[in-house]
Amino acid sequence: MSNTHDNHEAVGHHDEHAHHEENFVSKYIFSMDHKMIAKQFLITGIIMGTIGMLMSLVFRLQLAYPDTKFAFFESILGHWGKDGKLDPNFYLALITIHGTIMVFYVLTAGLSGTFSNLLIPLQVGARDMASPFMNMLSYWFFFISSIVLLCSLFVEGGPASAGWTVYPPLSALPKAIPGSGAGMTLWLVAMVLFIVSALLGGINYITTVLNMRTKGMKMTRMPLTIWAFLITAVLGLLSFPVLLGGSLLLVFDRSFGTSFYLNEIVAELAGGIERTGGSPVLFQHLFWFLGHPEVYIILLPALGITSEVIATNSRKPIFGYRAMIISILAIAFLSFIVWGHHMFMTGMNPFLGSVFMLGTLIIAVPSAVKTFNYLATLWKGNIKLTPAMLFAIGLVSFFISGGLTGIYLGNAALDINLHDTYFVVAHFHLVMGSAAIFGMMSGIYHWYPKMFGTMMSKSLGYIHFWLTFISAYCVFFPMHFMGLAGVPRRYYANTAYDQFNVFIDMNQFITIAAILGGIAQLIFLFNFFYSIRNGKRSPKNPWDSNTLEWTAPVEHLHGNWPGEIPHVYRWPYDYSKPGEESDFIPQNIPDESQNGDPMVEPKAPAVPHHTEAPPMQAHVKEVVMFAGLRRLFGFAG
Amino acid sequence: MANTTTLEAEKKYTWGGGKSPFTVSYGKLMMWIFLLSDAFSFSSLLVTYGFIRFTFPASGANEIVKPLSHTADNFVEAMREAHLFSPEHWPLPELVFNHFPFLHGLHLPLFFVSLMTFVLIFSSVTMVLAVEAGHRNAKKEVAFYMLLTIFGGIAFLSCQAWEWSQFITEGASLHGNPFGPTAFAALFFIVTGFHGFHVFSGVVLNFIIYVNVLDGTYERRGHYEMVEKVGLYWHFVDLVWVFVFTFFYLI
Repeated sequence: MSNTHDNHEAVGHHDEHAHHEENFVSKYIFSMDHKMIAKQFLITGIIMGTIGMLMSLVFRLQLAYPDTKFAFFESILGHWGKDGKLDPNFYLALITIHGTIMVFYVLTAGLSGTFSNLLIPLQVGARDMASPFMNMLSYWFFFISSIVLLCSLFVEGGPASAGWTVYPPLSALPKAIPGSGAGMTLWLVAMVLFIVSALLGGINYITTVLNMRTKGMKMTRMPLTIWAFLITAVLGLLSFPVLLGGSLLLVFDRSFGTSFYLNEIVAELAGGIERTGGSPVLFQHLFWFLGHPEVYIILLPALGITSEVIATNSRKPIFGYRAMIISILAIAFLSFIVWGHHMFMTGMNPFLGSVFMLGTLIIAVPSAVKTFNYLATLWKGNIKLTPAMLFAIGLVSFFISGGLTGIYLGNAALDINLHDTYFVVAHFHLVMGSAAIFGMMSGIYHWYPKMFGTMMSKSLGYIHFWLTFISAYCVFFPMHFMGLAGVPRRYYANTAYDQFNVFIDMNQFITIAAILGGIAQLIFLFNFFYSIRNGKRSPKNPWDSNTLEWTAPVEHLHGNWPGEIPHVYRWPYDYSKPGEESDFIPQNIPDESQNGDPMVEPKAPAVPHHTEAPPMQAHVKEVVMFAGLRRLFGFAG
Repeated sequence: MANTTTLEAEKKYTWGGGKSPFTVSYGKLMMWIFLLSDAFSFSSLLVTYGFIRFTFPASGANEIVKPLSHTADNFVEAMREAHLFSPEHWPLPELVFNHFPFLHGLHLPLFFVSLMTFVLIFSSVTMVLAVEAGHRNAKKEVAFYMLLTIFGGIAFLSCQAWEWSQFITEGASLHGNPFGPTAFAALFFIVTGFHGFHVFSGVVLNFIIYVNVLDGTYERRGHYEMVEKVGLYWHFVDLVWVFVFTFFYLI
């Protein structure tokens, strides 16, 4: 009966299918194996990311050299680059599609889709996702959505050009600008398909985490990656349907003559069409109800990956495990009630603005908890600087430098000045763009052996990291100053304004840095694809990690573990446990004190963790670090 | 004593892994999660409705037309002349939805939509009975009540089709509305249409399950959980209708 349906029944179900014959199509294309689907998501994401990045290089060239003619523009862009000059309408299309691709296709599906699929079943100890079939559908909806979006590049009028937020009226009136026509329609179709994919995936992730954990995998023994993926899925599940509703109304406004987002003002500007009663601001509300949680849909998986990578490579337990979980929950909750901070300039009631501002600034608290926990985990750790670790530390760096400017932008009064300037561009490219990409890279370098059974080249990884890290800061840091000076974002060229001409050198510097960053990604692409076949064969547990995925064999089995699924006896962060011989104890190793019962907590070590370091050195460090704090609290002794 | 200890141990390990913390199958959990998600898509439409509706002032009092009184053929024009229907304010739903099939010329405010609501809620009752019969593995009863539920769903959809056609005959469309602001008609079509689409999907699902019940699929499987899952969906669609009904017709 339904009520007694438990994990073992589900396990049995998968076992039956564990050894059936697989042909090429069922193994590589319509695969229902979560590991293969993860790779499909990843490779599609990498391809989309490459396209998005190339687009950014094209419009960066335009911004840096607004008067120069690039002959190759005409050869690659056709009539959009006539005589080597980028068409202004196509510039708008490029920034729109760049944003859409990066936000949704790379950092939502590419990041969450890849790592949720790969790691959830492996780290919670399940044979596969709760519904492998829905999982497959999720990927194929995503794939079709990608194709539709890319097709929109080739329609008359060009792709959608209203910015990735597709505000009406540019998106609601098909004749507003060239990109408002067929390109916008395809954008909406792509988005609806994408939402379906995200919902199918999300339902699966949540169900798998809640229902399919192996024996002993308590919620408080789950790796922080899994917590992050779980909460990410919840966020997506509750916010994407709102965009679905918003898009539905937009489709009706565009194609069936309704006016949900159109009012008299817009109608008059558009030349005497009969549209009354709606409001463009309504779309902004619906969009940002998704749009703000979306920021955390992007960021949380990256933070989860970072937690795991930093703990493993510091050979130390993650600092503040429960605080990390509570922070994730707090961020998720707050993300639903702060969307108005994107709309301070819409004529919002100032009181409402201050409520949104307060909520926004409070997000700094759990974010700071996470940051300090990362730093505290690194502190006195036996740090192994693998490429994954470097990228994880890079994430922490971007999270701080981009997060701090969030405090400025969240301020309703300051936002009047900074809204729609390059300051905003700098802020979100650091905190959401670069940080999440670095989290994703960290995940790729860390779990590449798990995905492909081979190792990526470390040296190339280091070159890739340093070039990307330097170029990302060189690209985005100067933008703060342009923004403070008032340079507006989304402008084709700023040559018409004398006061912005001083920034032409800065723009050229940024573009050169961006090209450098692009070249760095070529190194990554080579490393990634070359190592699939030619990389060194990976050992079973290359990073001496504690989590369950490294107890599974390197060869991919349908069903993940050849015999029984391992039981879990401890949390995933038993690194350098005092009194133990090995500096890591995988989750499936029982402690003597447990008598084989996974539900019992293992005995705490007799010695506290921090006395392990050489006493003299520790003392000196502590004095330096905490002298001020101690005096502050009045117990300096 | 020993029994209590076992129970406590069981309770303690609810979230300990190796089993579902809610003691439900993954399929049922997925349905719950989907419904939670779908609630947000309906919410987005209803919030839109509220947002647009409250940019218009409410209509004046409805003293002049008594229920069951005869209405003139040019009822809508008369209401417009009396300024009860005007593009400036939101119309009173009881003046808009006052028709009943075969009772032409009578003012029957919200009678028909009440009947629709009754039909839909009654179909939820038959669904409950089907699920209950499923727990007893009573195949014939499950099939019987599923069939009643399907009829209920089809009856509701037919009612909605009649109401829409009546509304359209009177001149309402996505970009025109004789009763007042155009947004009123557009929102009506979108929200009841989105709900109607859910009912339609529910009827299709119910039909598939009904065929499977007759086939004996679930009898062989030993449980009727699929009936329970579509039941969840069906009740959700009913619940949503309660909100749609409240916001569009009552308030």
